[in-house]
Amino acid sequence: MTTPCLRVENLNVMYDVGKRKLHAAKDVSFEIAPGETLGLVGESGSGKSTAGLALLRLIEPSSGKIMLGDTNVATAGRRELQLLRKRMQMVFQDPYSSLNPSMTIEQLLTEPLIVHADMAASDRRAAVGKMLESVGLHAGYAARYPHEFSGGQRQRIAIARSMMLHPDLVVLDEPVSALDVSTQSQILKLLKNVQAASGTAFLLVAHDLAVVRLMSPRVAVMYLGEIVETGPSARVYDEPAHPYTAALISAVPFPDPVRQRSANRIILGGDLPSPLNPPSGCRFRTRCPFAMDICARAAPPTVQVEGGGVAACHLHTEGPKLGGRSLNAFMRERNIGAMEVTT
Amino acid sequence: MDPLLSLKDLTVQFPSTHGLLTVVDKVSFDVGRNEVVCVVGESGSGKSVTMQAAVGLVQTKGGRVTGGSVRFDGQELVGMKNRHLNRIRGNDIGFIFQEPMSSLNPAYTVGEQIAEVVRRHRGVSRAEAWKRAVEMLERVHIATAAARAHDYPHQFSGGMRQRVMIAMAIACDPKLLIADEPSTALDVTIQARILQLIKELQTASGMSVLFITHDLGVVAEIADRVVVMYGAQVVEEAGVDALFATPRHPYTTGLLRAMPQVALERGEDPVAIPGTVAQAHAWPAGCRFNPRCEFREDGPCTTGQVQLVRDDHGLVRCIRADALRTRLTQAVAA
Amino acid sequence: MSTTTIEQAPAVALPPTSTFFQRFCRNRTAMVSAIILAIIVLAAIFAPYIAPHDPAKSSLRAILKPPGAVYWLGSDDLGRDVASRLIFASRLSLVASVQAVAIALVIGLPLGLIAGYVGGWIDTIISRFNDALMSFPALILAVVIVGLMGPSLSNAMTAIGLVYAPRIMRVVRGSTLSVREEVYIRAARAMGCGDIRIIALHVLPNVMGPLVVQATVLMGQALLAEAGLSFLGLGAQPPLASWGAMLGTAFPYMQQSPVPTIASGVVISVTVLCFNLIGDGIRDSVGRMRRAGD
Repeated sequence: MTTPCLRVENLNVMYDVGKRKLHAAKDVSFEIAPGETLGLVGESGSGKSTAGLALLRLIEPSSGKIMLGDTNVATAGRRELQLLRKRMQMVFQDPYSSLNPSMTIEQLLTEPLIVHADMAASDRRAAVGKMLESVGLHAGYAARYPHEFSGGQRQRIAIARSMMLHPDLVVLDEPVSALDVSTQSQILKLLKNVQAASGTAFLLVAHDLAVVRLMSPRVAVMYLGEIVETGPSARVYDEPAHPYTAALISAVPFPDPVRQRSANRIILGGDLPSPLNPPSGCRFRTRCPFAMDICARAAPPTVQVEGGGVAACHLHTEGPKLGGRSLNAFMRERNIGAMEVTT
Repeated sequence: MDPLLSLKDLTVQFPSTHGLLTVVDKVSFDVGRNEVVCVVGESGSGKSVTMQAAVGLVQTKGGRVTGGSVRFDGQELVGMKNRHLNRIRGNDIGFIFQEPMSSLNPAYTVGEQIAEVVRRHRGVSRAEAWKRAVEMLERVHIATAAARAHDYPHQFSGGMRQRVMIAMAIACDPKLLIADEPSTALDVTIQARILQLIKELQTASGMSVLFITHDLGVVAEIADRVVVMYGAQVVEEAGVDALFATPRHPYTTGLLRAMPQVALERGEDPVAIPGTVAQAHAWPAGCRFNPRCEFREDGPCTTGQVQLVRDDHGLVRCIRADALRTRLTQAVAA
Repeated sequence: MSTTTIEQAPAVALPPTSTFFQRFCRNRTAMVSAIILAIIVLAAIFAPYIAPHDPAKSSLRAILKPPGAVYWLGSDDLGRDVASRLIFASRLSLVASVQAVAIALVIGLPLGLIAGYVGGWIDTIISRFNDALMSFPALILAVVIVGLMGPSLSNAMTAIGLVYAPRIMRVVRGSTLSVREEVYIRAARAMGCGDIRIIALHVLPNVMGPLVVQATVLMGQALLAEAGLSFLGLGAQPPLASWGAMLGTAFPYMQQSPVPTIASGVVISVTVLCFNLIGDGIRDSVGRMRRAGD
């Protein structure tokens, strides 16, 4: 097996909130192969964006290893870190605030070259033109300012900027969620094309499992700072093995009214618990429709799931002892329809 | 029976550096009694401004209703004095906005804010208003409502705050609830419960709901009838089942096929609508969707004005609607 | 390099929104102020060609003359032409204001950027020192400094510049604090830009708006302060004349000949007013880059 492009081991991020510690990401571990996309899915407060930012040290991790190739990003010094950033880039969610409004497109795109590459001005200009065309914009737009572009076009520019140095890894933080539906898939397609051409690995941070399913072969699902399930996207999407994943998928309304009326859906009760004071045992238990006594007492074991990946849930070893089978089969057996837990 | 709310040729203009922009262009639709109507569109479609204009809320933002009429429960709202409008807003018409954070006043407890609405419109005593506030919080399933009514907005989570907004909106038993992207800023698991709650309250009280959203999934979940807007105009209107089963406008099918869930179901990549959303300073000639439309025919689609035409399905603004009927249905068939 | 086709993208970008200059020109008050100020500046530059008399030449036969065809605004106690002296004095007054504001900028801008961007104890130290300086009345502080350095216009304006530096620093720090939190600053860090580059290329252009407004308003205030100090004899020294110095010398003869006093006062007020209105105009014209619509 080739060395992974990125290997994250037991990454922890803690914030100080007053005198208390907020554990925003807890023992997060995953790998991304060169040229591969890994989806990192969760809702607000799940720690997915925190983890993405910590990879680039835009937030300081408290502990853990972030291996980019052979280099540990987590322990890199100031100078080393700046060099590492040439190899890992980021695309942010909101293309309206991630591009400096006082810079032209050309200035925005040449900046990575000026900082990291020793290049003649004419070569830089040529590189900008080429990159603009490869993201589907006219090279002639280089002299314009970000506010002259629509959201989708700005996101193209942001992607172009992240690719200027041909990095090994790009962290995509909700790259389409701020865009209009009709333009979202343009950007998804563009990202796929860019990756096919460059061989760059992506970490796709998103709240929408359907988007991740389309974009990445593997996915990790986070809840309240922890990864609760990982696996091949198709398996996770079609046969979830963690109740939170199942709830997340069924909560997204499908654009078919007939089907919506008859669908078996899990509607989660309550709200996300405060990360300052997470529930004991399994962090999801306060909202879980299948919660058992043991869930409050012990942290769930990590179980291998049929069809690939792992899930951290007591249902696999206790109670119904699913043993790594899909939750869908269990729900059908129990004949669980639309259910609700109100806490 | 008369519809509860009836928009007829409503037109709204905003001054800008490009001159007067028409951001709502002769929009007409009805909201019947006990009916949930969804207005769906992307940014710049004019859907939110339409709603704000209907109840006289655009003036504050520099816009002006320059034509058309809005009849609510037998009264004309366009041109109505603010004093009268204030009696209707919050009483006969309740509102929920996208941002539950900034829609509540951080300086008062949620109980006080709901009670204040009740007192203003009903003129009841303080004690009665407070009782009503607690009752409303219970109705939106806030646990230990009597105690939580004394809490301030920041002590609630986003989803709970949106519930509080809903409680406030329905505190005076409105005939119409206007919801402007009420679940967009929320997580999907929270959104599912908010939609369920709105539906439940609507069924229980028999009020009408005008729901503005960009998400066709939400539309399928909650609507009885759907108005699709693009480029400040209504481009399609139909019952919810008909709209999803046999969409008549290429924009509607385009929106559907761009959705990742739909693409997954069909086992294909999502199909993007090319180009960007039309902007008010440069409406294309002819059909406003034509530069992005795969079925465009030069000539009929690119010149003149395209009219909204009624047929058995509903209303559609497409010259080629009849010719495209089967192709569009096939395009979204599973 | 990729299979993405260009026609997938829209044919045109959005049209440019109106520029800062266009918006400023549409602001009538600010435009009129700018034109008046431009006339004053031109008069200062071309003073030798415009002034009807030699401003330093006194005539014993023409002491305290009322305004007339020869002496447009009358003559002063030494028989010098008031109109000519006002025109020449504008040079001294304007240059003095520019000097004060330039000194304030040189000191205040970098300190503000550093305090706002770096934060922490550096910010605390700079800001506390700043607060202390700002709690003194500006003119009194300037008088003390001039007292120490000796009376001359240049010293006076250096003093004013030092006194104004905290105001620049406070505005810059405030804007920097908010710009620092913008996503594009984080994006620049993600790209590997160093701190100096981020401050110079990403922060500075985005704090220019408030900075220019503050600097313009300070120009007016510096002019007033110069007038005040010169009036007290701590600024421009004879035979040089600034507007303030002229006001000072004309004031004792107000009873016999009110026009020189009034004329100097009006010139100072109008110029200060122009600076303030231009400042307001700039403030209203920057930073509106959003598009109209939904």
